[in-house]
Amino acid sequence: MGLIHSYKLNGYNIVLDVASGSVHAVDEVAYDVINAYENSSREEIVQYITNKHGVSEQDVLECLDDVEELKAQGVLFSEDKFRPDVDLLSKRSTVIKAMCLHVAHTCNLNCEYCFAAQGKYHGERALMSFEVGKRALDFLIENSGTRHNLEVDFFGGEPLMNFDVVKRLVEYARSIEEEHGKHFRFTLTTNGMLIDDDVIDFANREMDNVVLSLDGRKEVNDRFRNTIGGQGSFDVIVPKFQKLVKARGGKNYYMRGTFTHFNPDFTEDIQTMLDLGFDELSMEPVVCPPTDKYALTEEDKQVLYGQYEKLANMMIARRKEGKPFTFYHYMLNLDGGPCIYKRISGCGSGTEYLAVTPTGELYPCHQFVGNKDYLMGDVWKGVVRDDIRDKFKRCNAYSRKECADCWARLYCSGGCAANAYNSTGDVNGTYTYGCDLFKKRIECAIMLKVDEAQLDL
Amino acid sequence: MKRIVTLNTRNLSESKKNGGCGECQTSCQSACKTSCGVANQKCEKAAK
Ligand code: SF4
Ligand code: SF4
Ligand code: SF4
Repeated sequence: MGLIHSYKLNGYNIVLDVASGSVHAVDEVAYDVINAYENSSREEIVQYITNKHGVSEQDVLECLDDVEELKAQGVLFSEDKFRPDVDLLSKRSTVIKAMCLHVAHTCNLNCEYCFAAQGKYHGERALMSFEVGKRALDFLIENSGTRHNLEVDFFGGEPLMNFDVVKRLVEYARSIEEEHGKHFRFTLTTNGMLIDDDVIDFANREMDNVVLSLDGRKEVNDRFRNTIGGQGSFDVIVPKFQKLVKARGGKNYYMRGTFTHFNPDFTEDIQTMLDLGFDELSMEPVVCPPTDKYALTEEDKQVLYGQYEKLANMMIARRKEGKPFTFYHYMLNLDGGPCIYKRISGCGSGTEYLAVTPTGELYPCHQFVGNKDYLMGDVWKGVVRDDIRDKFKRCNAYSRKECADCWARLYCSGGCAANAYNSTGDVNGTYTYGCDLFKKRIECAIMLKVDEAQLDL
Repeated sequence: MKRIVTLNTRNLSESKKNGGCGECQTSCQSACKTSCGVANQKCEKAAK
C-alpha cells in the first residue's frame, strides 16, 4: 500500500506522507530518491540518481540520510496506526449536533438540476410550520448530549419563502440556548430572489453563514436558474447579493455555484463572481444521474483538472496583487486542522447530522430527503430506524476498499454517502468521478500551501 | 536539510490523544452540500 503520495504541480515537487499528514516540498533529486526509496537498495538509488541528475555520490547519500531521518521522526513513510476496527467505530455512541431544516419545499426558481426540483420532493409543495420547527430544535437539544455548538441550516427549496417561520425559530432558539448550555449557529442558503433590507438585517445579525446561490456568468446562471415563467434570475439577484455582502461587514458568507457539462470552464464563472465583488467562493460539480444531458463526462474531467489548476494560479496571482479570495475546497488548515478522529469519521450524515422535512420527518441528510427507503423517523418519535443509522455509522475513511488504499482518505474521510448511493446504489460504495476531482482539488490546495510558504528550494 | 523542506502540519498521532471532542462543524455544512471534505474544517478545540 502506498505510504506516500508524490506529485509535481506548478513547478513544485510535493510529497505527502499519507498517515501522518506531513507535507514535504522537495527538489528534483530528493523527489526521485523518495520515489525510489521503498523498492530499491541504497546502492541502486545512488547509481540511478547520480546518472540521472549528475550529482555526486556524497550528495545522494546525504539525501538518503535525510529521508531516513524523516522516516525515524514518523513524518515520511509512516505506518498508518489509525486504521480502526470498523465494527468498533460503527458501534460508537454519537450525539446529534447538526440539522438541516427544510423549511420550504417550494421554490420561486425552477432550476432544472436542483436536487430539490422536478418532484424529487415528490411534488408535495410544503412549508414547515413553526410548531414542527420548534419541535425539531427541541429534539436537537435533547439529543445533543454535552455538545455545546449546535448547527442548524435553513434550507429548501427556498427558505425565504417561509421567512416568518425562520425568524420565529431563530428567536425561539435564542430564548432557550442559554438555559440548556448550548449555542446555535445558523446558516441560510438562498437563491436571492426574496432578499430585501429586512432579510439582510436579520441574516447579518443571526446567521453565522449565508450561502448565496449564483452560477457565475449571466448566460451560465440563466441557463438553469430561472423563474417558473422562464425568466433568468441573474439581473434580479446580483444586486441583492452585493448589497447583502456589503452589509455583512466581514462575517462569513459563501457564493456557491454549480457547474455542469455546459460550463466545465468554470473558472470563467469564478472570474465573473470576482468581477462582481465577491471573494468567498465555491463552485461544485452538478450531482445528477449520468444519463442527464448536463451530467459531467469523462472528457469534461480532463478539462476540469486544468480548470482546478488554473483556479489555483488565479489565487496565487490575486494574492500577489493583494486582492486574495477564498475557494471553499482550497481552504486547508495544515497546522490547526481537524484531529484524527474527525478525519476518519466521515461526514456525520445519518448519525450526527440529520435533515428534517416540512412535516417533521427525519432523513440521513438533505440529499436523501424524499427517498422513503431512508426515512429514519420523525422529530416526535425520534430515530426509529436504527438499522439506517448503523449503516451510516459504518461510513468512514476505512470502510470502503477503495478508500483503504487511497492517499486522500484522511482528507475526505471516505467521501459522500449520497454521492456513493446515487452512483452505485450503496451508501458504502464510492463515486469514483467525485474522488478523481476531489484528489485533484486536494493536490491543488496543498500546492497553494507550499507556494504560500515561499520556500527556497 | 538541503533538498527537503517540511511544512508545519498538525501531528495526527498527537491528535489521537487530544482530539475527538466533537465540537467542530459537520462536514457538509456551509458552502458545499454535495461532498465530504474534512481537511478544510476548522478545529474548534485548537481555536480555544
Ligand atoms: S473540534 Fe478539533 S479536536 Fe474536537 S473533534 Fe473537531 S477536529 Fe477533533
Ligand atoms: S472516497 Fe474516494 S477520494 Fe475519498 S478516500 Fe475514498 S477513494 Fe479516496
Ligand atoms: S452524505 Fe454527502 S451530501 Fe450528505 S451530509 Fe454527507 S457529505 Fe453531505
